[in-house]
Formats: sequence, C-alpha cells, structure tokens
Amino acid sequence: MANQTKTFQGRPVIAGSIEKGEAVVSRQGVNTLASFQKSALLRKKSVICSDQNNPDLYQKELSGKVLCLPQTIGSTTGGMVLYTICSLGIAPKAMLFSESIDSLAAAGVILSEVWTDGTIVAVDRLGDTFLEAVRDGALISVRPDGTVTVEG
Amino acid sequence: MQSHMTLTPEEQQILDGKQGAVLAKVMETLVLYGEAFGATEFVPVNGKGHLVTSFGISVLKPVFSIMDELITAGLRAEGTFTMDPRPLDYDNVPCSFLEKFVFNRVLYGMQRPYEQQLRQLGLQSDQAFSCTCYLDEVGNIPQKGDVLSWAESSAVVYANSVLGARCNRNSGILELFGSILGKVPKFDLLTDEGRRASWVVEIRTSQVPEAQILGSAVGQKVMEAVPYIKGLDIFLGTELNDNAKAYLKDMGAATASNGAVGLYHVANLTPEAAALGEDLILPDARVYVIDDAELARVREGYPNIWKNPNAQPERCFLGCPHLSFAQLEEWETRLSEELRRQGKQKLGLLTILSAAPEVLAHYRAASPDSCARLTGMGAHLTSICPLMYMNNPLCGKKPVITNSNKLRTYTAARYFTDGEITRIAVKGAF
Repeated sequence: MANQTKTFQGRPVIAGSIEKGEAVVSRQGVNTLASFQKSALLRKKSVICSDQNNPDLYQKELSGKVLCLPQTIGSTTGGMVLYTICSLGIAPKAMLFSESIDSLAAAGVILSEVWTDGTIVAVDRLGDTFLEAVRDGALISVRPDGTVTVEG
Repeated sequence: MQSHMTLTPEEQQILDGKQGAVLAKVMETLVLYGEAFGATEFVPVNGKGHLVTSFGISVLKPVFSIMDELITAGLRAEGTFTMDPRPLDYDNVPCSFLEKFVFNRVLYGMQRPYEQQLRQLGLQSDQAFSCTCYLDEVGNIPQKGDVLSWAESSAVVYANSVLGARCNRNSGILELFGSILGKVPKFDLLTDEGRRASWVVEIRTSQVPEAQILGSAVGQKVMEAVPYIKGLDIFLGTELNDNAKAYLKDMGAATASNGAVGLYHVANLTPEAAALGEDLILPDARVYVIDDAELARVREGYPNIWKNPNAQPERCFLGCPHLSFAQLEEWETRLSEELRRQGKQKLGLLTILSAAPEVLAHYRAASPDSCARLTGMGAHLTSICPLMYMNNPLCGKKPVITNSNKLRTYTAARYFTDGEITRIAVKGAF
C-alpha cells in the first residue's frame, strides 16, 4: 500500500530545502533548554531529549531530525542554546511550527543563520492540521517557499 | 541587505556595514528578528540591560566567540547591564572534591575569562549577578513604560507584569545586541495591542493558591499568550506590597518556565490591570477556570525522576528565582517555628537559600537577629543559581527538593510546597 502524502503551506522564517528528513513530533511546547542541555553539557555527538516533562520527545534523538512542534517554551537561554548546538553541528535539520514562531526559537534560528556556517531551516504557521497529520518517523520534505510535504 | 522594516538613514548605514562588519551583523540579526514578527521600526531602549547567560560553560565556546568579535570591534552596551546569578559558591554550597573537579574542569572552566568579557561589554559591577535585578537592593528597576532589552524569563515577566515596563521574551545574546544598538524592534509586548489578554484565568480556589503551582498551571495552559487573572486580588489584596510582589515573582517565574508567558495581568493589582481593567481582555478571549482540583491535577503531573524514587532528600534549594529580603525573613520565621514544634535546634536537611548579593548584604545588616537564627539553625545563604549547580551530573543525581517550579522543570529536583518543605527541612526526611 502506498504511503499517504500530505502537503502544507507555511511561512519560511529561515528558508531552505530538505529532502526526506525524518520527523520527530512534539504536540506540546518544546522546552529548548530542558530538551538540549544535558546532551550539550556532556558534549554528546548527538542530542537525546532530556526534558522529562515532554513525553512526546523524552529520550528521543533530535540531532539531524525534522522537529515538528507548536512552539518553544521556557528559559530565555533557548535561542542561545539553539545557536550553540547548531555551531556544534548537532542541531535538528529543521524546525516546523504549527503556530507562529516564538521569540526564542526565532532568535535561535536567526543567530544560527547569521553567526554560523550552519542553518536550521524554519517554517512556521503550518496549522494544527499539520501536527495532527505528522507522526514520528514520517519523511518530510521542505521547499524554500515554505511548502512542507509529509509522507507516511 | 534590504529590510521590510522602515529604517532610519543611520540604521540603514549600520546594516550596510558603514559602521563596521560586526555591528552590521548585530543589526542584521535584529532586523531578521523584527521581520519575523512583523515589526516595522526600531524603538530606543531606555532602561539598563539584563543578560541571562551568566555561566562560563566550556561548551558555550560559540557564544564566547561572538563576545570576542564584539569586543574586538570595540562594541559595548550603551549603558550598563546586570546578569543572572553566578554558578558557583564553594564557601556556602558544599561540594565534594570530585564535584568541584567537574565544576572547574568540565563545566565552568571558562567562568573567569567570560566575566572578563562581560566587564568589557558593560557589566554593572562584580556584585550584579542575580535573576532578581529589579529588587530595590540590586537597583536595575525599570519604570512603567520603559522599553527594555532583557532576557531571563522570570525577570522579563516580572518587569512587564508587575512594573509595567515593556520587554519581549528576548533570547540570550539578542538581549546584549539590543543593549549594544540601544534599540530593539517594536513588536508584540512592546505594543499596546500585544499586551492585551487572549486568556481569562478565573481563580476559584478555597484558599490562596500556591504561587508556584498556579504559575505552572497558567503557563502550561496559555503557553506564550497573555492571561488576565481574575480572583487573585481576593487573596493578595489590591496593593503591590512586598508580599504581593514576592508572590507574583514566584508565580510569574513558573508561568514563564512551565510555559512561555512574558506578561500577565492580575485584576485590580498589577499596574495595567488597575488602570485599564477588563478593557485589556480581547473580545474572543478563552477562559481557564482554576479550582482546588485543577491545581491538584497539575501537581500530580510532575514526574519523580530521582535515580531512586523512594530515596530520602539530601539537600533543599530555596530561591529560584532569588529570594527577596522579606522572603528571607519569612523563611527564618517559618523554620524557627517548625524547629520549636519538632523540639529541635538544627535543621535536619542541608537547606540552601539563594538571594542576590545585595539582598543578602541588606538582610545581614538590617535583620541581624533573624540572619543569626537562620544560619544558627544550619541554613546556608548563597547567591548562586541552583539550576547551574544541578547541571553537574554528580549533583544532579542527588535527591534534591525545592519549592521552585522552575528548578523542578529543568532538573531532577522534586517540588514541594513551602509548608511541606518547612516540615521536611526540619525533620530531615519525608
């Protein structure tokens, strides 16, 4: 049976192309500091989510994945944390927001874009139906105009 | 680079690199930040800065590189700034040899050079390390209507809500950029419309709600929206006195860490709610009712992730965010009464209370008897950030209890109410 493919249109905050990245999905706000700090502090080669308050992500790998979420929450170190993990090469490949991007995530992806050689592709305003449709492990493609395609 | 924002000729020159490549990158960052939120212009910052990144963790090398770029380019904040708390205080927060080794060699080995960078960029003083920079003793107190370039979620939500200043939930690094440029993009909480409430929270509890659980409930429900809280003035009164401010400080910190709240209004109490009342509420605002059962439900959702979930506590942290002078006195009174009740002279649990350096100095000078009783019963006074202490994997594994929902959120520390903490700290066990 063929996989279902669904397409969503968002706003590119940091435009870029992704070909079939693997989705990891949080249906609640992602606490950036709580999620990334442990792996970063221990200088791991990839990030395993350490936020015990997020059952969707806890103990799942986030590096190189397409992180699908409503928004980020929590500490205002959030943007700096995203910038740091992007500099270290262990950031998610993309962050796809069902709602409008929040100020901390925006800071993180913009700092990464301007001050590092890396990029965290960011698309927001994908809508609630996007988060309802996407599942862990789904293959996601992103186009520079903010078009997001979900397979599986 | 062409911006969708309307820039003054000087702002465009900066963006074009006419005042140096590094300042151009600072401007580009803030322009992109503003554009992401539909800002059309920059507005001047008219308060001191406050920075969140107070720790010289070696893994933050990319942050130190930005600082070096700024310093080399001759840039610094237009005024001075305060910082979040330092991570270490071996004199007052006991650590083993191995824990110190990890702190010094693995975690905070860059603390001294980082603080040197901060001094070059405009740090107010060597004492200016507290998440409660807005307290009288610390002195970074914005006025109503001031536009700020701050980070530190608990300080931002306090400045907006209790003081009526205007500040977005800026990230670390960007708050420094705003202080260097002396301007920030105008959007969201800097605008009248952005300060209106899209949630109404109705308090219907049988007694004053625990500030830390109430804030947690509100944050988890409204995320980054602005809530208008009704019914809290029944318990707190309508005057922003020391007790009310301390309550709102702790409640706000929980809204900002368990959610992403940057501003809340409390009917008949906080300045904008007192002035504008329910005109602050948007027409289609949703309603969240909080009663005793809802608070119990929220608290039951806190996981116990101690290595041994049945362990007895080894240490207790109070003061995340930092305690006020009045709270230090309250804790001494509370613990002294419990000692008498249990017929003991000393606390049974290593209990560490954290407050700003200037607040501790004030407490020691203005309330020496209380301070002597508190330290005499075995309590430790410090100015560190408990969260940064718990970042050490050796410390983070310890069974720590706290009355801070923020500390609970970011570490394995377990949350207990003030009343529960008092009994446990004196007894030394559950």
